Amino acid sequence: MKPEILEGRIWLITDGEGKRLDDIDTDMIFHNRWLYITDVKEMGKYAFGNTEGWEDFPEKAKEGDILVVGRNFGAGSSRQQAVDCFRALGIQAVVGESFGAIYKRNAINSGMPLVEAPGIFESGLKSGDTVKINLRTGEITSRNVGFKARPMPSVSLDIYHAGDLFAYAEKLKG
Amino acid sequence: MPTIVEKIFQSHSKDRVDPGEIIWLDLDVRTARDFGGPNVVKHLRKHYNSDYLADPQKTFFTFDLSVPAKTIKYAVNQQVCRDFAKETGTGVFDVDQGIGTHVLMEKGLVLPGSTAVGTDSHYNILGAVGAFGQGMGDTDIAFAFRAGRTWFEVPETMKITVTGQHSATARDTTFAVMRELGSKGALGKAMEYYGDAIDSLDLAGRITLASQTTEMGGIIGFIPPDKRVLDFLRERSGREANPVLADADANYVTETEIDVNGLEPLVATPPSPTSVKPVSEVGKVEIDTVFIGSCTNGRFEDIEAAARVLKGHRVKKGVTLKITPATREVWIKVIRSGVIDILMDAGGVVLTNAGCGGCAEGMCGLVGEGEIEVSTTNRNYPNKQGPGKIYLASPETAAASAILGRIATKEEVGQ
Repeated sequence: MKPEILEGRIWLITDGEGKRLDDIDTDMIFHNRWLYITDVKEMGKYAFGNTEGWEDFPEKAKEGDILVVGRNFGAGSSRQQAVDCFRALGIQAVVGESFGAIYKRNAINSGMPLVEAPGIFESGLKSGDTVKINLRTGEITSRNVGFKARPMPSVSLDIYHAGDLFAYAEKLKG
Repeated sequence: MPTIVEKIFQSHSKDRVDPGEIIWLDLDVRTARDFGGPNVVKHLRKHYNSDYLADPQKTFFTFDLSVPAKTIKYAVNQQVCRDFAKETGTGVFDVDQGIGTHVLMEKGLVLPGSTAVGTDSHYNILGAVGAFGQGMGDTDIAFAFRAGRTWFEVPETMKITVTGQHSATARDTTFAVMRELGSKGALGKAMEYYGDAIDSLDLAGRITLASQTTEMGGIIGFIPPDKRVLDFLRERSGREANPVLADADANYVTETEIDVNGLEPLVATPPSPTSVKPVSEVGKVEIDTVFIGSCTNGRFEDIEAAARVLKGHRVKKGVTLKITPATREVWIKVIRSGVIDILMDAGGVVLTNAGCGGCAEGMCGLVGEGEIEVSTTNRNYPNKQGPGKIYLASPETAAASAILGRIATKEEVGQ
C-alpha cells in the first residue's frame, strides 16, 4: 500500500497578478514540439514549457511538491505526456478546481493522485505552504487552513495503490 | 430514480451508481479495430507474459478503416492483430465485414442494456439499440481486454424530446437536434431521446441520430428500442431482448424540447458538424463530388433512399458519387435487391466494398485542395478527410446534389 496521506509543498498555478489560471490545455503543459520524446524521465524538463510565467517550473520544482491548479486543467488533446511530465519531476499529487475529462482519465490510469477541490483557490492556501492531503477523505490542511476536497474515488485509489492501470490488471489476474 | 445509463451501470457494477461517482463497470463486449488494435496488442505483450484476455469469447478485432489494407503499414498492423487472435482465440471480423459497431448490432452481439467498449470515437452509436457503448484509447482498451471491465464516471442524463412530422430524413432530424444543442451541448452527459419524431425512426434512422452524440460532446445517446428494433435483435442474437427503460420519475439534469414539424432539408456547412443551415439558405454551391456512407448514413435504407432520388436521373457530368455500404450485409443487399442497377444507370457512381469510408484516412471519399464534397459522413472538420470543403447532408440531399452538380434538395429534382 502506498501512503494515503501525502505531505508536501504546494504551487498555486496563477498568472503574473496571482489570479487563478483556468483552461490550461495540454499544449500549454507539454507542447507538441516535444512529443518526439519517449523517455518519461526526459519529459520533466518541458513541464509547463508553454505556460507563460511558468517556463522555469522544472528548475524550481522539488520532488514531492504538489500542484494546485484551476478549472478545466488539462483541456484539449489526449496527450499522456501532460501527466507524465509531472511524474518525471516527482510531483506527488495534482489538486484542482476541475479537470478536462481525458486528462483525468490519463492521470487516474497512470496512478497519479488527482484531487478534485472546487473552491481551493479561495481557501487561503498560498504557494509555498506545506499541506497534508488525506486522499481517502479529501481533507487538505496546512498550519492555518483546513479545506475539504472531494475524496478520491475508490477506483482511483485502487489504481494508485497498484501503481498504474496495467499493474492493477496484473493483480486482478492473481 | 435511475435513468437508462444508471440502470445499465447498476446491472454491471457492484459500486454505488450515482452521477459523478467513478465505478468499475463489467463489459459484455470489447473490441479494437485496425486503428488502435495493434497498440492494444503491443500494450498487452509488453506488460504481460500470457493470460492476455479475461474472455476471448467477448473480445473481437473489427477491421473497418483500411479494408483491405491500402498501405503496408495497415497490412502489417492488421496482421499483428490476426496473429494475436490466432494465439488467444480472440474473434476477428476481417476486412470483408464492414464497420465494427454495425457488425455488433447485425450479429446480435449487443442487446439493449449491454455494455461495450472499443477503439472508435463513434462507439456510442450503440445507443441506437439501447446499449451502452464507449470509445476509448488503446491503453484503456488493452486493460478492458485483460480485465473484462473498465472504470467510468457515471454521467448525468439529459432528456431530449423531439416532436412533429416532416418529409425530410432522419439525418435532418439529427441536424435539427445538433442545431439546438451545438458542439458542446451534451458535454460529458448521457442523453435519452423521446417523442413521436424519435418513435417513428427505423433502426437505420436511430443509428444516424445516435452516431452524432460525439459531435455534441455527449457520452452516449440512448434511443429506447421499439418493437421493430427488439424483433431485429431477437432474430439476430437468438436471445431474448428486453429494453432497459428509465423510471418515470428519473432524474434529468436538463429537459429539452425540439419541434421538427415541417422541417426542411438541412446541411452542416464546413468546418463544423453543428453549423447547420437549411439547404434553401446556403445559396448556389457548386460541387465536385458526393459521398454516401459511413457509420452515420451507410445502411441499406440510406443507399436505397439515395437510389429513389437518382432513379431516372443521371449524375451530372464532371461529378462523381462514391457509395460505401456500412457492412457486408448492406453491400450484398444493395447488389441483390437491384438497387445497384439504379446506381449504375445514373453514371458517375463508384460503389466500394463495406467499411468506414473516408474517415480516419480510410479507404474512399477523401477530398483534395479546392474540391467541394457533399457527404453523409459524421464530421467535416478541417483536413479530416483532406483539404477540400465538406458539406454534411442526408443521403437524399446528397443524391439530388449529385444530379444537379450543386447542393440541392430532392424536391429540386422533382420528388
